[in-house]
Formats: sequence, C-alpha cells, structure tokens
Amino acid sequence: MDFLNAIIVLFNFTVIPALAYGSQLALGAIFVTLIYAVLRFANFATGDMMSFGTMFAVILTYYFQSLGFGLGVLPTALLTIPFAILIMILYMLIIDKFVFSYYRIKKSPPVQFAMVSVGVMFVTQALIRIIIGPSDRRFLDGEKFIIKATEFKEMTGLAEGITLKSTQAITIIVTLIVVSIMFWFLNRTKTGTSMRAYSDNEDLALLSGIDPKKVVLITWVIAGILATIGGVLYGLDKSYRPFVYFNNMLPIFAAAIVGGIGNPFGAFLGGYVIAFAEIFVTYAYKRFISYLLPEHLEPDSLLQLLSTDYKFAVSFSILVIVLLIRPSGIFKGKVI
Amino acid sequence: MKNYKNVIAAYSIMIFLIILVGIFQSWSIALTILNYCLISAVMTIGANIQWGYAGLINFGIMGYTALGGLAVVLVSVEPVKKAWQVGGLNILACIWIIVAIIFVVKFILNRFNKSKLRNYSVASVILGGIILLRVTAAPGIEAIESVDPAKTGFLGGMGLPVLFSWIVGALLAGSLAFVIGKIALGLRADYLAIATLLIAEIIVSIIKHEEWLARGVKNVIGLKRPAPYEIDLQTSEWFINLVTKFNSSKLNLINSISDKQEALNQMVIDASSVYVKLCFTGLFLTVVIILLIVTQKALYSPWGRKMRAIRDNEEAASAMGKNIVKEHLLIFILGSAIVGLAGAMMVTNDGLFTPGSYRPMRYTFVIWVMVIVGGTGNNFGAILGGFVVWFLWVEAAPIALFLINLFTSHLPETNAVRVHLIESAPYFRFLVIGIGLLLIMRYRPQGIIPEKIIKQ
Repeated sequence: MDFLNAIIVLFNFTVIPALAYGSQLALGAIFVTLIYAVLRFANFATGDMMSFGTMFAVILTYYFQSLGFGLGVLPTALLTIPFAILIMILYMLIIDKFVFSYYRIKKSPPVQFAMVSVGVMFVTQALIRIIIGPSDRRFLDGEKFIIKATEFKEMTGLAEGITLKSTQAITIIVTLIVVSIMFWFLNRTKTGTSMRAYSDNEDLALLSGIDPKKVVLITWVIAGILATIGGVLYGLDKSYRPFVYFNNMLPIFAAAIVGGIGNPFGAFLGGYVIAFAEIFVTYAYKRFISYLLPEHLEPDSLLQLLSTDYKFAVSFSILVIVLLIRPSGIFKGKVI
Repeated sequence: MKNYKNVIAAYSIMIFLIILVGIFQSWSIALTILNYCLISAVMTIGANIQWGYAGLINFGIMGYTALGGLAVVLVSVEPVKKAWQVGGLNILACIWIIVAIIFVVKFILNRFNKSKLRNYSVASVILGGIILLRVTAAPGIEAIESVDPAKTGFLGGMGLPVLFSWIVGALLAGSLAFVIGKIALGLRADYLAIATLLIAEIIVSIIKHEEWLARGVKNVIGLKRPAPYEIDLQTSEWFINLVTKFNSSKLNLINSISDKQEALNQMVIDASSVYVKLCFTGLFLTVVIILLIVTQKALYSPWGRKMRAIRDNEEAASAMGKNIVKEHLLIFILGSAIVGLAGAMMVTNDGLFTPGSYRPMRYTFVIWVMVIVGGTGNNFGAILGGFVVWFLWVEAAPIALFLINLFTSHLPETNAVRVHLIESAPYFRFLVIGIGLLLIMRYRPQGIIPEKIIKQ
C-alpha cells in the first residue's frame, strides 16, 4: 500500500493532461456557444477558424525568431498572439460581411446557416493549406518543462514523479485569465449585457435601442480572441497540423452541447467534462492499482476500460447520451 | 418541356467535359472519373432522399459509406478457417451476449415504471454486459489477430459473390440507420447534424480499430471483382483479336513485324484497363438508372407528396393524420441504405478496403455540397451535382496548375511564390468547392436544376 505514490501517478498521467486538454476544448466550446447564442447557428468552420488564427501565430513566430525577438523562457508564440488575433478578427469580419450577414438579414433557417458555414470551412481549409501547407510544425521555444519527473523524485524522494510541461501550465493559466475577463465582460459591462439581451430576445433588444451591428461585431471580436488563443495553446502543447484542428472540432461540439449550448459557463465546464472523461476512460489503471493493493494481488491486465484508439469515441458517446437524456445539456439552456 | 431542355443541356455539357478529359488526358482517367461520378450520384440520391424529400439533415454519410465498404469484405472475402477455429466461438458468444443485453434492457424498460431504480438497473446491466463482453472477447480477439497477421489476422468473410455484398451493404447501413434514427431523429435540425456527424465518427473508429473484423487500418486488399481481370484479358485470344480489329488501320501503317507486335501489346494493355473500367461503368450505370426510376416514381407517388407535405409543414401534415415520426424513420433508413450501397460499390471499384481513408471532409461534406449544388429535392439535379462536384474535385488540381503556370509565366522558374503555388495546387480543390458552394447558396439556393413542383 502506497497511497501517496498512487495519487501522484494518477495526477501525473490523468489530471494534468486532462486539465490542459480541457482548457483547450473549453476555449473552443465557448467560441461555438457564443456564435450559437448570438448569431444562432452551429458553426462548422470552428476548427478551421482556430487553425487559421494559429497559422498566423506560427508564421509570425518564425518571423520573430528570425529577427531575434523572444520572451526568454516563455515561448515566442505568446508575443505573436495579439497580432494573430487582429488578423483573425479581420478575417472573421470579412467572412461575416460577405457571407453570413446576407443570411442574417434574410433571417434564414439555422440549417442554411450551417450549410453556409460548411462552405466557409472549405474555403478556410483551402487558404490554410495554400498558405502554410499541410505538414506538421512545431513552434514551441523557450523552457520546455517546469518540473521534470526526475527532479521531482529527487526533491521528494518518492518512487513516482510529476512532469509539468510549461505549455500545460501556460494553457491552464491563460485559459483562466481569458475566461474570467470574458465572463466579467459579459456579466458586468453594458456591452456584455446588451449582447445577452440580444441573444435572449432579438426583437425586444432591438426595441430597447441595442445596435445589432455592434453586437455582431463584438461577438466576432470575442470569437476571434477565443479561437486564436485556443488554437495557439493547442498548437503549442501538441504541434500545429491543419487537419488535426478539423478533428478537434468534434469534441469541441460535444463539449458545447454537453455543457448546454448557448451557455458559456456550461461550455467552459463541458470542455473539462469531455477531457476528463476521455482520459479517465482510456487510462490504464494498472500502475495506480498496483500501488494500492498488496503485492501478491497485483493485476495482470492493463485495467483499461477502452483502448486509447477510442478516445474520441468516448466523448461522442457522452454527447449521444446527453442528447438522449437531457438535450438541453448539463447546465440548462439559459442563453448566454 | 422547357425544364427538360435545361436538364438535357446540363448533362450534355457534363458528358462533353468528360470526353474532353478522355481526349486531352487519357480514356482510362476519363472512365475512372466517370465511375466515381456514378458512385457519387448514388450517394447523392441517398442524401437527396433524406434532405430533399424529407428535410432531414444527415451528416453521417461517411459512417454508412464505411459500413457498405465493410459489407464487401464480410461477404466476398474467403473465410479464414484457422481464425474461426481459434476465436470464432468467442465472437459468436459475444454476439449472443449483445442480443441478451438488448433483450434484458428492453424487458426492464417495458416491465417497470419510470423510476430511478429502473435507470440504475438499466445502466448496471449495460455496464456488466460490457465487462462480460470484454472478458469473453479478449482471448478470442488476441487469437484471431495472431493468425498470420501479415496476411489475414481477421475472421474473413463468407466467400460469396461480390455483387451480393452490395445488397448486404445496403441492409447493414439501413439497419444502422434504424438504430440511429430511433436515437437521434427527435432532435432539432442542427443537433441532428452534429449527432449524426459524431455517430459516424464512432462507427469509423470501431471499423478502424477492431482488427479481427476487417483488419482495421492494415487494410484489406485484392477484393473480388464483378469484372474480368486485366491480366486475364491480355492473354485471352478473343480480346487481342478485338483490339487488332479496332486498331487495324493504325497497325497497318507500321511496317516491321516486331514493331507491330510491340504496338499491339501496348494497345492490348491500354485496352484491357479501359475494358475493365467499362464493365464497372455498365454496372454502376445500371444501378443509377434503376435507382433513378424508383426514386422518381416514389417522388411523384402519393407517398412522395406526403413526404413533401411533412417537409414543408410538419404541424399541418401531423394535423392531417400523417405519422411524422414513422415516416421520418422510414426515409432515414431508405436514404442511408442507398448510401451504404454506394459505399459497397466504391470499395468494389477500388478493390481494396482502407478504413483509414474515411474522413468526414471527403465522405460527408463533399456529398452534401453535391446535393446542394445539384438541386435539392430533384433527383436529376442531385445526380448532376454528383457529376459536377466530383469532376471539379478531381480536375481542380490540373486546372489550377495550368492557371498558375499561365499567370506566373513572367516570373522566373525559381521564384519562391511560383514554386509555393505550384506545390499547393492540389489544395485548390477545397477552394473551388467552397467558393462554388457559397456562390450557389447565395445566388441560386435551389441548385442548378431546381425542384420541380407539379400541380395536380
């Protein structure tokens, strides 16, 4: 029986990765939910928009590196995020002006919006592949680890170590900062309140003098910030690969719906629900259990509920179950 | 009659384009494109039944396509006897366990009233069943996968003729659609789209990772064909005679006998690949025509009118006593079965089953673009959409390359922009498809050939 080591194993291999992955999903899920609440459609271009923002961060990182700029121990990418966000917002506003606004004024059904967003997805994907190509790119520089397993073992004298990658710490911290600023904005400022009013009841909001153009503009600005930061954080943590972002869109949708689509706080938690579920279900508990049980009872099998191949399938199954039992999501659909 | 003129004109342009490919590139490429166009047409007929007739948005096309492909492997491949001996019993036991779980759950749901206890017992039955399944299946799967893993490592199929698998593919896809329809059809339109997209991902990931079933990502190659093999044709007397007869004028121009023989050999090789593709074209064309006749008849039957009524106004149709849930489920099954058939046709055409290649981009969204571009609710439009979009999907890269070379011809060969653009020519297909979809949605939302409303 070695309780402390067991906890540390679990912490190192499930909790930390799940927190980081969950943060990345949460940012994307809030993006989906915000678009759904204010502009009222499921945006199938989500993943590729995130990829588009990240692409500029990658290109600018390479440029800054060639100039010799840097943040020392922190990755240069953090420095490029503001510029990438600006380009991203510009792209989103152009798309909105030439594509989405027409259907918004016509008050098209959501299905038509969804199909249009599929068109945007194709175009965005093409632009990304034409500009940067489909290959795998790493753009992380600076310090890679905050705590290494060996250092931790030496420090504490335990048999198991904790590894904390700097990208994981950055992901969690940046997500918390961005999300708290966003919730403060939505709940405490006048513009945020007007956005919530617009998403609750469009006609009433228009009657009380809220400018719909401004609401849409602010929504795209927030969406651009969330998409770019979420995308860059994911790219830093894993690596930048355009088509992975398209695949990531699916768990992001799952997170948004599980949390209750249209509810940003639900989406935020939904991201973590999906991430923890994926990692807890596909983690092999053999090492964890072997610390808890006496030696002669050590298990032979890996004690894995599902193989890691089914990582995505887990989140999708959760989504299907939620849709069946409680279609409005865990946090019932109070819109924004 | 004016309507028909449009249709005929559109199809003639399409066929003309394919003939152009035949003249400028090669006849083999043109026929490959034509075959894929026909397969896409079957898929669009399926998607059009769901979206155009009934307004159901199904983003799970990829899942049914993959299932149709799986059917080809399960039906036509020779059974691996050794694998059945070592692990067949476990797999059969698993099937019985699954059936038992379903019956127990059904029994509990029917027998007891809605309560917390019922929910918990259903959940525990399912969880216990899954654990039991894993325990039973694990040794069997391990044994099966270790039987000659480089070549087999799976149970194999039934060794039946490959054409039979097309029907099985449709049946498999239809029964899956029944399950999904029961689960998801109550959802609102955009939720249904997301749910079907994700369920399709689950299906493909199961096919990819369950190697005992169809070798997963290791692929199954060398599937049976309903057409003769090139190599057999090249050695058969009558085929060589046929080629000689067709090309006699060309052959007569060559004087030396050895040159003549060489030219003839080359012609036979080319002709054999064209002949095989023509066989496939004939088969696919038959399927498309049969489906077209059936779906056209259905569209203008009382049933088709009922479907359109449900699509256009659910409440009104419901008030007239139409059972909307039942009709939606039926049309969901029918459409999916046709997509499954197309999936089986595609794998038969390729001769190999590669689960890793099933991506939502190619097998769901492109098919949807085909339906929207061609014309929703009109079968001629949907088929045309399949042709046009597939043609663009294949030919966008060569056309883009040509245009890039044209516009950058004043730049030197080593210019960075030019090199980069030429390297990224294959990706212009996404751009073409995306912009095409956006333009059609904006300026001609009813598609190239719009739905024809017949007043009766």
